[in-house]
Amino acid sequence: MLKDTSNNILKTKLNAVSKDLKESIKNLDSYTHVRGESLYVDDVNIRQGTFHAVVFDSPKAHGKIKHIDYSKAEALEGVIRIFTYKDIPGKNEIGGIIPDEPLFAENEVHFWGMPIALIVAETEFIARKARDLIDINIEDLPVITTAKEAKTKGSFINAPRSFSLGDTENAYKDCDFIFEGETFSNGQEHLYIEAQGAYAEPLENGNIKITSSTQGPTAVQKTVAQVLGVSMHKIEIDVTRLGGGFGGKEDQATPWAVMAALATHHLNQSVKLILNRHDDLRMTGKRHPYESSYKIGLSKDLKILAYEAEFLQNSGAAADLSPAIAERTLFHATNSYYVPNVTTKVLSCKTNLPPNTAFRGFGGPQGMFVIESAIAKAASEIGVSPRQIQEANLLDENDTFSYGQIAKQVEAKTSWNSAKNIFNIEALERDIENFNRTNKAFKKGLALMPIAFGISFTNTPMNHARALVHIYLDGSIGISTAAVEMGQGVNTKMMQIAAEVFSVPIEKTKIETTNTTRVANTSPSAASSTADLNGKATLMACNSLLERLKKVASEDLNAPEDSISLKDECVYTNGEKSKLSWTDLINKAMLKRVALTENAHYATPEIHFDKTKEKGHPFAYHVYGTAIVITTVDCTRGTYEFDSVKIVHDYGKSMSKGIDLGQVEGALAQGIGWMTMEEIAYNKDGRLLSNALSTYKIPDLFSVPKNVEVIPLETKGHELAILKSKAVGEPPLMYGIGAYFAIQNAIKAYNPNYNLKFHAPMTPEKVLMSLYQN
Amino acid sequence: MITFILNNKTIKTSEHSGMTLLDFVRYEQRLTGTKIGCREGDCGACTILVGTLNKDETISYQSITSCISPLGNAHGKHIVTIEGTNLKNKLTATQEAMKANYATQCGFCTPGFVVALTGFALSYSENNYNNALNAISGNICRCTGYKSIEKAAHQVVEKLKHYNSKTNFKWLIENKFIPEYFESIPKRLKDIEIKDLNQPKGKYVSGGTDLYVQQADHLADNDVHLIAEKEYLKGIAIENGNCTIGTNSTVSDLWNHSKLNSILPNLRTHLKLVSSEQIRNMASLGGNLVNASPIGDMTIFFLALNSTITIINSEGKERTVALKNFYQAYKTYDLNADELLKSIHFKLPNKNAFFNFEKVCKRTHLDIASVNSAIYISVENDTITEAHVSLGGVAAIPKYLHETSAFLTGKSLTSETILEANERLQKEIAPISDVRGSSDYKRLLGRQLFFAHFTELFPKQFTLNDFVQHA
Repeated sequence: MLKDTSNNILKTKLNAVSKDLKESIKNLDSYTHVRGESLYVDDVNIRQGTFHAVVFDSPKAHGKIKHIDYSKAEALEGVIRIFTYKDIPGKNEIGGIIPDEPLFAENEVHFWGMPIALIVAETEFIARKARDLIDINIEDLPVITTAKEAKTKGSFINAPRSFSLGDTENAYKDCDFIFEGETFSNGQEHLYIEAQGAYAEPLENGNIKITSSTQGPTAVQKTVAQVLGVSMHKIEIDVTRLGGGFGGKEDQATPWAVMAALATHHLNQSVKLILNRHDDLRMTGKRHPYESSYKIGLSKDLKILAYEAEFLQNSGAAADLSPAIAERTLFHATNSYYVPNVTTKVLSCKTNLPPNTAFRGFGGPQGMFVIESAIAKAASEIGVSPRQIQEANLLDENDTFSYGQIAKQVEAKTSWNSAKNIFNIEALERDIENFNRTNKAFKKGLALMPIAFGISFTNTPMNHARALVHIYLDGSIGISTAAVEMGQGVNTKMMQIAAEVFSVPIEKTKIETTNTTRVANTSPSAASSTADLNGKATLMACNSLLERLKKVASEDLNAPEDSISLKDECVYTNGEKSKLSWTDLINKAMLKRVALTENAHYATPEIHFDKTKEKGHPFAYHVYGTAIVITTVDCTRGTYEFDSVKIVHDYGKSMSKGIDLGQVEGALAQGIGWMTMEEIAYNKDGRLLSNALSTYKIPDLFSVPKNVEVIPLETKGHELAILKSKAVGEPPLMYGIGAYFAIQNAIKAYNPNYNLKFHAPMTPEKVLMSLYQN
Repeated sequence: MITFILNNKTIKTSEHSGMTLLDFVRYEQRLTGTKIGCREGDCGACTILVGTLNKDETISYQSITSCISPLGNAHGKHIVTIEGTNLKNKLTATQEAMKANYATQCGFCTPGFVVALTGFALSYSENNYNNALNAISGNICRCTGYKSIEKAAHQVVEKLKHYNSKTNFKWLIENKFIPEYFESIPKRLKDIEIKDLNQPKGKYVSGGTDLYVQQADHLADNDVHLIAEKEYLKGIAIENGNCTIGTNSTVSDLWNHSKLNSILPNLRTHLKLVSSEQIRNMASLGGNLVNASPIGDMTIFFLALNSTITIINSEGKERTVALKNFYQAYKTYDLNADELLKSIHFKLPNKNAFFNFEKVCKRTHLDIASVNSAIYISVENDTITEAHVSLGGVAAIPKYLHETSAFLTGKSLTSETILEANERLQKEIAPISDVRGSSDYKRLLGRQLFFAHFTELFPKQFTLNDFVQHA
């Protein structure tokens, strides 16, 4: 009975989703995407005589440079010049948060792949050939590759951070169960299909324009100016679009742009630097590997009374964004659970890996993996289902997060219960039990994964954006913001806002490239906040223009301003269509010398955070949801497939259900990849072994879940979300964590001797070894 | 001069034939819709189509990854990039399907998907959803999670349901799958007088799928001798229960060979584990054998078929050698500098004989095996009359298990026999730890895949439980 009812609900919901997909707005960039006409850095027309550059990098993870001989490389025909730190007119410094990262190594190298020089030649091919002719002699220094080793040796990026709520020491006394354990989650390669790159062109007066594949144009501009020793206004950064970013181009798009600019500065010639895949994999940082330990205390009724965790973040050889990422690990250490007594600590450990960096989720997933591991361990020891513990501890309205923010508009329980009801969790579990009872060679496993993810840059000052909106004489509209389009559909959302405010067809709007001369001093497109921040600024600019235009219409039609509205390119008074069209209105405004351009600035209200107390209200709001992951393990071969992932997700009031669903599905696949097949491997010398697409595998068409069902949670949305459409970029990645535990549950169904392991990713190798572990 | 039609334009170029087709279309022709993702055939962003004129003046189109394809292999072909599929001011049916289903986000991998799906529409393979997915099996997308792309593929299949005559492109043109100029291509290709390229001595390159991954710069900079079009290295012949395959045959040639598929009914299931459709369209079987990788899928495949190979030298003199004796040490084998592999021969399984291929890697498709294995086994009255087992990834060479195979022969087909054979197998192998797995893992996996052969081939007789303890 129960099953039938719930299946009907599901059917109705899925039909609604499918109808929404047909009707919702398509990504407006898709026309040029599918025709191969979208322009990425390497596609932009280059000037005659452009030079090409290749980076020469360290073949050792740590050492003193004794000797470098460039003479053979310089002698190669077609080589223009080789640049090193000696050619830097300004500072040899590119660190964003902490000034600890040189553009080019000087006397020491700190990671395998660390840039040492830039070879500029007539073609990329010649530059690459020249690179092979460079002789380098490095005296080895001790190499640290793991966070634990760094901790032992006292090698840190900065001082540790710690959050606390309540009193864990005392709370453990009241606990009926206490468990401790260790976990590991590996790094993850971004694998944006478009590799890093930049193209620099000389302008007049020593000015330089750089087309960069970056999520953070201002960071690039600032760093180029610093390295060249010029002021920022001489440097213009232009971004057309990115062939994927995922955080990998938030900070680490910068060095390549700086190098191209440096060469242009010296040569007064255009220089293009596009990394090839192997160079990109070797030279750039990844998601941080974490080694963590936890202590969890529960009452008899499965309430988590106390939770302590220490996170060792493998930061790599320089700070990059590691301190900010470490902070977010603490913010999300208790995921969507209320724990009254919490002590968490994170140490950013300095090692000899490439500086690890932002990656969708930004430290959050690493924190969540630990508490989910703790819950799985506790459940296994107590002899209950993990979901009983998960369910007993979900956040409620007005609960306090460990960082002091009071939870409001909480959807943890609503999304959890909706997922359970809509997808009929009891029936799913029963089916799996039956399957496992009757099947010997295949076992199924299920896991639930609730999420709560805070939206805003945790660094409060970064939560601002500006938009510049022009209305042209014919009524068409140009919009400039700081938003960088990298597949998330932000261009479409910005155009939707303008089209809606002015009630014009979306074809009359256009998004300009992201350019530092039009919108300056910007925050990067990151933290899932791009549409919120830039969208709110766009909305403000459009609304100001609208008010101005209403005044013009009011004078022209001799009607009160508040009776004026715009609809379908016409002016309406009191809901009645007037003779004045949109274009007429614009012309009238022009004749009246009314400004048809507006620049608006938006700064997220309400948020604040005091780092001295580690308390505050850092997030505009949280995004919630729950996923049910079901997997089948082939117990002969140790391989697995995902039968389905069933999600109830909190979109708020989605602006484009198709675009937002794409974000959920894409993030999910990335999360599953991180937890299962994507395995970064360095050897003890710090050399990357998973250094090609043949050795680093990301999900393909056949490895993603057979069936993905995403049901929107019915909510009112949130005022601080753009048009109440909640941020969707990062949160769904963490549904992928469920994949780890689903596989583990299937293994347990086959091998009763299996001891739970918390060491991600769960590769086929680990699965097979676990199936046959005695 | 290398001569071919690129989209709607005839190209005559004296560029180096070893440069990649990708570099030629992007940087010589400024067709920037073809993207660079990895330059090793592993992402599909550079997918293009190659049209070959058949003897009956129809054209066969196949998708390939242009990043590991020598320009010289385009000689005499119709090469189609994303730009060559575009219609004026409107989307093709494939493009529309991608757009309508939100199957593009950052857009960088998108042209590769569109070209591959267009290739599917142009291909002679049966129109069904699985084949459409196979067509994009070599395309990696980091944004979408593929569900939207699956929907787009589904929409393409639905549209193609009304397309019956697969040799005539009129329907495809009328239904906006391809531009009109495609109709003129067969005649134009025929009019181009295709002479054999005047080729220098140099590295032999057939499909190039491995060589270009290893040494693209070297090949672009030095003389290469392209052999993909050599007639005497082509063809698949079945006679008197024996099969002879020219070494230039691609994995797709096996895939498409209907008779071979009827004799080896699981052939496509096995071949689907071998790389992606784009790579299968290029990768020559001879190339796989001389690559001598210890985990070469087709090598493991032919070892278990107890194949012999014919080798030909520059004077046309031939010799044959058993494949199991061909490999001597890591990447070392019995072939002189002036010799080429000409053909592969093996006895086809009769009604008492069975063949199976197994492969496990981190990602099931488009990945290199941690361990792979094949078996040929002939059973009469519960007695094993002949057995050949091969195992990859467990030794310095692609391993034919001499002792295990000999042990099985003459034994009765029981779980005891198989368990005892595994003991022999474990003694014959010496896996090393590397990026594909630890030696312990490979040893365990070797055992499991060996058992899997028997549960796959004799499901009524054996289950996993007959061989291992748990459950």
